[in-house]
Amino acid sequence: MLADAALTVMWVGLTCYALFGGADFGAGVWDLLAGGAEHGRARRELIEHSIGPVWEANHVWLIFVVVMLWSAFSPVFAAVMSTLYIPLTLAALGIIARGAAFAFRKASTELWQQRLFGACFALSSLLTPFFLGTVAGGVASGRVPPGLAEGDVVTGWLNPTSLLGGLLAVVTCAHLAAVYLCADAHREGRPELAAAFTRDAVVSGLVAGAVALAGIAVLNADAPELFHGLTHRALPLVITSAAAGLTGLGLLARKRFVAARAAAALAVAAILWAWGAAQYPALLVGSTTVTEAAASASVLSAVLVVLGVGAVVLVPSLWLLYATFQRGAVDQHSSR
Amino acid sequence: MTHTVLTGPWVLVGYAADRVSEGDLAAARAQMGFSLAWHIIVACLGVGLPALTLLAEWYGIRTGSPAYRLLARRWARAMGVLFAVGAVSGTILSFEMGLLWPGLMGRFGQVIGLPFALEGIAFFIEAIFLGIYLYAWDRLPPRRHLLIGLPIVIAGTASAFFVVCANAWMNQPRGFTLREGEVVDVDPWAAMLNPASPPQTVHMILAAFMVASFLTAAVYAVAMLRGRRDTYHRAGFFIPFTLGAIVTPFQIVVGDWAARFLADYQPTKLAAVEGVYRTGSHVPLTIGGVAGDNGLKYGLEIPNGLSLLIGYRPDTVVQGLDRVPPAQHPPVTGVHWAFDLMVAVGFFLLALGVWLLWAWWRRRRTGGELSTPRLFLALAAIGGPAAVVALECGWTVTELGRQPWIVWGLMSVRDAVNPAPGLMTGLWLVLVVYAAMTVATVYVLRRLARGTPVPRAPQEEDVTGYPVV
Repeated sequence: MLADAALTVMWVGLTCYALFGGADFGAGVWDLLAGGAEHGRARRELIEHSIGPVWEANHVWLIFVVVMLWSAFSPVFAAVMSTLYIPLTLAALGIIARGAAFAFRKASTELWQQRLFGACFALSSLLTPFFLGTVAGGVASGRVPPGLAEGDVVTGWLNPTSLLGGLLAVVTCAHLAAVYLCADAHREGRPELAAAFTRDAVVSGLVAGAVALAGIAVLNADAPELFHGLTHRALPLVITSAAAGLTGLGLLARKRFVAARAAAALAVAAILWAWGAAQYPALLVGSTTVTEAAASASVLSAVLVVLGVGAVVLVPSLWLLYATFQRGAVDQHSSR
Repeated sequence: MTHTVLTGPWVLVGYAADRVSEGDLAAARAQMGFSLAWHIIVACLGVGLPALTLLAEWYGIRTGSPAYRLLARRWARAMGVLFAVGAVSGTILSFEMGLLWPGLMGRFGQVIGLPFALEGIAFFIEAIFLGIYLYAWDRLPPRRHLLIGLPIVIAGTASAFFVVCANAWMNQPRGFTLREGEVVDVDPWAAMLNPASPPQTVHMILAAFMVASFLTAAVYAVAMLRGRRDTYHRAGFFIPFTLGAIVTPFQIVVGDWAARFLADYQPTKLAAVEGVYRTGSHVPLTIGGVAGDNGLKYGLEIPNGLSLLIGYRPDTVVQGLDRVPPAQHPPVTGVHWAFDLMVAVGFFLLALGVWLLWAWWRRRRTGGELSTPRLFLALAAIGGPAAVVALECGWTVTELGRQPWIVWGLMSVRDAVNPAPGLMTGLWLVLVVYAAMTVATVYVLRRLARGTPVPRAPQEEDVTGYPVV
């Protein structure tokens, strides 16, 4: 019971990381695709202003997930980190490069520096979600056995399901970011940017759909247990995700940007929960269940209580963060 | 070698020590040590710099002097860069706990999870309020903006406390029982608040304020040596230097406490720190020296010194390395030199503080400005990097002095390391990325320091009007 609660909380953290942190990575992908320094300036500025004040707070969700996993399910953490250490090391380096380069670009004034740091920021924004996606694929397809580095350190993440996971992560992040940025551009009174990001959002949404469809065949062949879960117990969530994704595209076409944001977020959240539901109660497919890997009740309850108390402080703080800048925006509009 | 206690079979984690190559173990230790040594500098600045910035901002509001306000904005800008770099280099560490030491995390992850969860919350609060502080400088009334900065200082100090609690647990593992190799009866609060937590956390937090203070002061000491002695540069020197000088004597007392703690709880570590090979009374205090077969050679010996320091009596018995097998000896020369260097820097900084006190006392009698002779400024300029050296030395004493254990007396680093092949390659990759990040960080910070002094936040112009996702 406690273990399930801890798992749920961790999965909520993972969802938040995908919806907030993922969109920040996606914004970096669009930064990469924005074109030359002059041509892409307006889009890059919008991206920078949108993620600048929030990316560090959004990034904390990842730390939250890592800490939850190691506190509540220590053996699973050890197994995943040791077997999949290659993509995780690469993701970690990508996280360094993305965060540091973003801060450096903000602090530089000369074009060549902005280009260098910008390229570093954008490229790592593409690679990091890819590697994290391959990790998800490796876990979901049951390639991580319990124990220390007992799995294959290469095929654990270089396999059809992992590549699908990596690709899907990149495309999904990009789609989320494009949808979010539409609303930002619209609120800023920049219709030309909103139109451009609408186009990007539709294209990336269609690509994500195509990758997901192709994924059905991949999973059927490569990860039968996951496939069975997704087509049976988790089927309602899979359908929800597809429906929300399509609805989001429709809302974009009608310029209902805020509603489109919610629909895109729902589509991503639903697919993450579908994955969770498909392999539950296995944490390591084929070997380890939630109950087997769970920490003592004393640890689980302490961590959950601490997080509950923390939430009492965090929620108003987060509200203050977002409210401060929303209000600033309103002031700016009224003064124009 | 040292599988002492954890011999029971626990299928979920298991043992992998026999699959580990020497090279990969060395690579894992080097990578962890390197990325920690890097992060600790940035983390200290992340804890200390917000306090300095708030002090300057508060003076600015109180006196209305633009010099203080400008300082606050400058420091805030550096803070933004350092916080970003600190956040990502800290994330890497949480990854490395699993990537490099899965044996530790698989078995004991749940025991030390609580302080990390608390640290996560504190860090979240820090990130949120830093976001507001940096980006809302001109959207909030001055006093409210100052108030927004307070949670950054509190949460920063709290995260230092929590994370060092976890490290303290590695020195004093408490809060669980081992039954046939399996960890049971876990009490996460007892694990977090272990006997090593009080001395280690206080020592570390004070060190963070010292490093941030002396390093910042050193920047302005150099500027003053180059002739820029206006209010702006003097304030930039005196605010941090005074804070550092106030903290230093407390830190020396706390350091003494931490050493006494070792005598009671980790005598082997103290034996390595002081190079004591044979248990006995009338133990001298040896300064410097090289580890030989029977003790430190070529060092400066103060007769009965260590016995007097530990128990105030020359016949106090000090436990030596002879109480544990040679395989469990930490590397004596490295630990001992790191300790002596740290203590030397501590007293050097104390002397600088006394000089400041003397100058201040003289000004009270004679009036005028605080006198800042060139020698004082030159020594203060050295004091910044010296504080960093002391920080790294202290960390070396803690970590190297714990070897070969990752969990004192229970699990060796060899039992904890990831047995996967290729850790050496990972080390090179990490070194390259960190080298690039070091160059870029220093370059960007220097540019920020040299930029034309315009009293405006870097963000106020380019963020105005942009809403947040």
